[in-house]
Amino acid sequence: MTTAAAKPATMAQALQRAMRDAMAEDPTVHVMGEDVGTLGGVFRVTDGLAKEFGEDRCTDTPLAEAGILGTAVGMAMYGLRPVVEMQFDAFAYPAFEQLISHVARMRNRTRGGMPLPLTIRVPYGGGIGGVEHHSDSSEAYYMATPGLHVVTPATVEDAYGMLRAAIASDDPVVFLEPKRLYWSKAPWSPDAPTAVEPIGRAVIRRPGRSATLITYGPSVPVCMEAAEAARAEGWDLEVVDLRSLVPFDDETVCASVRRTGRAVVVHESNGFGGPGGEIAARVTERCFHHLEAPVLRVAGFDIPYPPPMLEKHHLPGVDRVLDAVARLQWEAES
Amino acid sequence: MTVQELPGDTAAYRPTPPPAWQPRTDPAPLLPDPEPYRVLGTESADAVDPELLLRLYAELVRGRRYNAQATALTKQGRLAVYPSSTGQEACEVAAAMALETRDWLFPSYRDTLAAVARGLDPVQALTLLRGDWHTGYDPHEHRIAPLCTPLATQLPHAVGLAHAARLKGDDVVALAMVGDGGTSEGDFHEALNFAAVWQAPTVFLVQNNGFAISVPLAKQTAAPSLAHKAVGYGMPGRLVDGNDAAAVHEVLTEAVERARRGGGPTLIEAVTYRMDAHTNADDATRYRGASEVETWRAHDPILLLERELTRRGLLDDEVRKAASDAAETMAARLRERMNAEPVLEPMDLFAHVYAERTGQLREQAAQLTAELDAAADAEGEAR
Repeated sequence: MTTAAAKPATMAQALQRAMRDAMAEDPTVHVMGEDVGTLGGVFRVTDGLAKEFGEDRCTDTPLAEAGILGTAVGMAMYGLRPVVEMQFDAFAYPAFEQLISHVARMRNRTRGGMPLPLTIRVPYGGGIGGVEHHSDSSEAYYMATPGLHVVTPATVEDAYGMLRAAIASDDPVVFLEPKRLYWSKAPWSPDAPTAVEPIGRAVIRRPGRSATLITYGPSVPVCMEAAEAARAEGWDLEVVDLRSLVPFDDETVCASVRRTGRAVVVHESNGFGGPGGEIAARVTERCFHHLEAPVLRVAGFDIPYPPPMLEKHHLPGVDRVLDAVARLQWEAES
Repeated sequence: MTVQELPGDTAAYRPTPPPAWQPRTDPAPLLPDPEPYRVLGTESADAVDPELLLRLYAELVRGRRYNAQATALTKQGRLAVYPSSTGQEACEVAAAMALETRDWLFPSYRDTLAAVARGLDPVQALTLLRGDWHTGYDPHEHRIAPLCTPLATQLPHAVGLAHAARLKGDDVVALAMVGDGGTSEGDFHEALNFAAVWQAPTVFLVQNNGFAISVPLAKQTAAPSLAHKAVGYGMPGRLVDGNDAAAVHEVLTEAVERARRGGGPTLIEAVTYRMDAHTNADDATRYRGASEVETWRAHDPILLLERELTRRGLLDDEVRKAASDAAETMAARLRERMNAEPVLEPMDLFAHVYAERTGQLREQAAQLTAELDAAADAEGEAR
């Protein structure tokens, strides 16, 4: 048997492969949601699963998010491992009561007697020219609810490894899929062994000495590009990809900030009440004496997600990140 | 731009008929009876097994006493709150008795009694209402889901569980209970729709007790009856007198058996009345008159059953006393156990949030440990 060459694969393919492998290994894994069966999902992430595993394992449900998640809770109670798709970020809102009142607290309220091994896949974020309700970054809502894990991959390899880990987890995991990275390609062979990433660990995507960019999901490639561009200005930026928002990897993040002394949090979700506030506060509480400048945030504006024709003005791009990095010259200016 | 001319003579024009349309399901057999189904006081009562009637009687008497005792415990501060099901005992008891051991019950917060009638420890059933953890029992051991406080959200769980059981080849039925107010919630609709589409072996029991806290049914729905809602989902609707224990038992047993055979879900509306207030925190005199309550008192579920038992010569002082003694013993034991100070472990706050504690929870657990140690030291010094 020859090892397949690592030819480019997309994040969507890696996610699909993760579900296929999980379903093949574990008969209790069930994929369910609107359009996930015959159509293979509107993003084709579940393509072929219904054909391969049958409609009982990959089920087209009625169009009702609370019903999808609520029935998945009951299925998990009976020993299945449902993988639920919410199709688009803002479509998940009708399911929030189930998510917050039951999914997040069933283990706790039953003293561990009724854990819910559920994965909730939510394609999120903008940059694909989606119309209203198709581009929200809702991670702060999920992060605010104890009992949920909230993770988001930024690379093709992580998409596979983290989805496998999410499905294998005995706790509910909100698995945020950055829509605009669905078609990003990387040399990744589905046949080669791929690490299943334990949930909760950040990773340093690019080591650097002069400042840390703390980011996740769709903003990771933006930060990588910004770090390359900053070299010309004499900045050697470290990029930390959080991967997991809950639990939060204080250790990796704070170790990095202590080394560099400066930090910018970058995400496309709105800034006020957004994840960046929590992250900046944590870093400040833990690394205050190491900081040469305030922890800055580069986030989307505090507006409802804008129409596709204007979203380029909303989404934090390389220039905004570089502007923030320039503002980290705090000590020199004062 | 030219206007397209209609073919032929416009006077003779008929639009092209749409492709043939067929209803997916004949609605007629799904429709509930116009009147709530009754057994007690009718000719069909003769056919009811005397053994069943006597069991129902003993459970009703015990249930009534349980409601009274739990309500008394709220006045003594031993329970934070108790939503009494006095007047609705026939629904509670018949629901529990219609299930096999392998079946699952999905109760609402008012259905403590159904859980107890299914065999749950009376003290464990009150854990949530006492102010401790939400469930004092292992749901899998008793096949009783946690008492559900949000309205109707447990119904899709019942559907999912029943569906999963069927996928696994188990002949398990899920019974989900909800009140009349809960039928207005979106989860009620979604659960019924999923159950019908999947033909999940689920039975939905609506206890229509007249009020959602203070809002009467007329302000809750414009449907002819809550049972009529079934037709829109493609499942049978059944309307039953919820104070007639024999009728409720018969209708529920039929629906459970039908679901077990693969016949799909049923929606049952049991018409009953909440004799007490919503909870001890509610003043029912603000929204209903005493005469209405008195009318229902004449239709009390225990009274109806006693009349039937008397008519058939099945009720004597001995039967009454046995039922009453069993109820008193249960109440005394419940009182005694509820009066014992509950022992709570503060560190349990962090024990079950996740399978494994996150770094954040480890830090917070350490903080609480330090606070508890400091408090213990201070107490020691004070002595």
